[in-house]
Amino acid sequence: MSEPVTTTSATEEIKPPVSNVGVLGWIKENLFDGWFNTTLTLLTLFVLYKVLPPFVQWAFIDAIWSLTEGARPGGDGAVWAVIPENVRFILFGFFPEGQTWRPIAAILILFALVFYSKDLTNWNRFFGPIWTVGILVMGVLMYGGIFGLPVVETSKWSGFPLTLTLSLFGMVGAYPLGVLLALGRRSRMPAIKSLCVVYIELIRGVPLISLLFMSSVMFPLFLPEGMTIDKILRAQIAIILFTAAYIAEVVRGGLQAIPKGQYEAAESLGLPYGLTMRLIILPQALKIVIPPTVGILISAFKDTSLVVIIALYDLLKTTQVTLSNPKWMGFSTEAYIFLAILYFICCYVMSSFSRKLEKALHTGR
Amino acid sequence: MKQRKLIALVLSIFLFLPCLAFAGKDLDAVRKKGFIQVGVNGGVFGFGMPDEKGVWKGLDVDTGRAVAAAVFGDANAIKFTPLTAVQRFTALQSGEIDLLARNATRTLSRDTQLGLNFVTTNYYDGQGFLIPKALGVKSAKDLSGATVCVLPGTTTEQNAADFFRSNNMEWSPVVIESTSELAKTFFAGRCDVLTSDISQLAGTRATAPNPKNYVIMPEVISKEPLSPAVRHGDDQWKDIVDFSVLAMIAAEEMGITSKNIDTMLKSKDPKIQRFLGVTPGNGKALGLDEKWAYNIIKQVGNYGEVFERNVGPKTALGLERGLNALWTNGGLMYAPPFK
Repeated sequence: MSEPVTTTSATEEIKPPVSNVGVLGWIKENLFDGWFNTTLTLLTLFVLYKVLPPFVQWAFIDAIWSLTEGARPGGDGAVWAVIPENVRFILFGFFPEGQTWRPIAAILILFALVFYSKDLTNWNRFFGPIWTVGILVMGVLMYGGIFGLPVVETSKWSGFPLTLTLSLFGMVGAYPLGVLLALGRRSRMPAIKSLCVVYIELIRGVPLISLLFMSSVMFPLFLPEGMTIDKILRAQIAIILFTAAYIAEVVRGGLQAIPKGQYEAAESLGLPYGLTMRLIILPQALKIVIPPTVGILISAFKDTSLVVIIALYDLLKTTQVTLSNPKWMGFSTEAYIFLAILYFICCYVMSSFSRKLEKALHTGR
Repeated sequence: MKQRKLIALVLSIFLFLPCLAFAGKDLDAVRKKGFIQVGVNGGVFGFGMPDEKGVWKGLDVDTGRAVAAAVFGDANAIKFTPLTAVQRFTALQSGEIDLLARNATRTLSRDTQLGLNFVTTNYYDGQGFLIPKALGVKSAKDLSGATVCVLPGTTTEQNAADFFRSNNMEWSPVVIESTSELAKTFFAGRCDVLTSDISQLAGTRATAPNPKNYVIMPEVISKEPLSPAVRHGDDQWKDIVDFSVLAMIAAEEMGITSKNIDTMLKSKDPKIQRFLGVTPGNGKALGLDEKWAYNIIKQVGNYGEVFERNVGPKTALGLERGLNALWTNGGLMYAPPFK
């Protein structure tokens, strides 16, 4: 009597047990498969249980969001009031107060440009000019001097605009220099080759801090008395020289990955060196090395915070200065969390940009 | 060929870049520029630090403003270069700044070997100890066996070591890199004593959960005369900076403040008349406008006013005048005759 039952159920679909599908299934498969993962999961849950509630209590429940006049805030919670009270100085530093809209506009233009570049169909003949115009407009907004905008000297550029300026021009300057160095290192001309090797190894052999120190402490002593170069420019050049050496090595890796046949094909077509590189080798090589290049650019962006040690008021320094005011001295955690979020947003934009670029260019051969 | 041209181009850019700014003798250069470039600390409340609006505030900052007022008749003809401890003397030697007012201690070796000229001290500081009242210690000599919070690598650490050794006392230093972390550690009770310059201790105490529970010990274990400096080579410029600082002290001695200065102009006292340039002479001697001292006091204030505004009892630092009182009040501030 039982046979017909089995035949009918065979025609129906047998559903897997509830514990193997949906949320439960996923949990079972990913978090509790085997003793090792189970232990890890339980451990993680325990740590979260220990850490999260106090953090939420500190950051949200006990937090103080605005300040009553005169009193120094106390209590156990986070004092987020340190951010709104000082946000203008942290973000824009010495930029004159009435002119704050100018760096804001410049930053918005930069983000618009990045957003515009995300779509590869925009990479046509207008691409270069649009960036050039964008950077020019940003420069005019920041420096002023025309259209009735009062001049704001570079020494007053500080906070977020300074961080962005140092990184943007650091990248723009370092990338071509790095490519040239990579080509130079693979050159058959011994003089150029050894120059590039020495340069790359020398720069990679010292930390960025020492380069910045040299640019700010030693370099001025070599100049005749009275001759000075803008402090920001000196740091900018140090950052460019440093980043370029790293980019050079990454690009060299890309160049080596190109099969010899490609070079020979170019030669058999009678292409001279410049055209071979421009039309055949570099487009392929640079495409391969997009992920490590973006990695270097992101770390270059974060490295700009090292200019703190030569007293340039980048984002980190303006925060530190705010925190050395007795009124705000105890609230470093809150301020640094704010900074971390800001840095994270910028770095995330960059890395998501690179992922999109990779996908569009089909680098995974 | 192309490459060689490119290299030549790049090299020439690097060679000519430095020529963008040139300076000659210091005073002439300053006059030509139309402003004074002053090196300041940039991160020490009460001495040199921008406020929330990005406006520079502090005792050293006001010293720079006084020099600007003396030279240009405008206390705002000034630009600030924030400098770290490592950079400060190089910046002055290389001509990046015209005047260093960055709480630098005057020492023999700095004055001679570094090619600097320190002028009149604008703040007499010294290293001291901050302790919780609950510790019940009356004198630093009773601190044997104490754990001491201290910044690494500064003269502060060395002074403390010298102090404990010379008094045959045991101590265990707790060395922490950043000032704010150091304060946090101290207030959390990880060490018994915090040692630093007294002006800094006062600022740190202000950030305590309950400042009244902490006291600064009476002992001062080092001398730190914080003085502005100029580089060797232009004595007239040095005189101007020196007497700009002294003018603020002299004004306080004579009871001239930024508020009463215009009535003081009518004073019959020949000392005051000479000082304010009603009777000419001082300005010409320094190569300045006869109103130079008037401009300093009118725009910046006398030393007492500057002190009260930046570090005095009503500020977060809450420092007493102490050594920085006028000599008539038991301090060290003393100005030579202005004639």
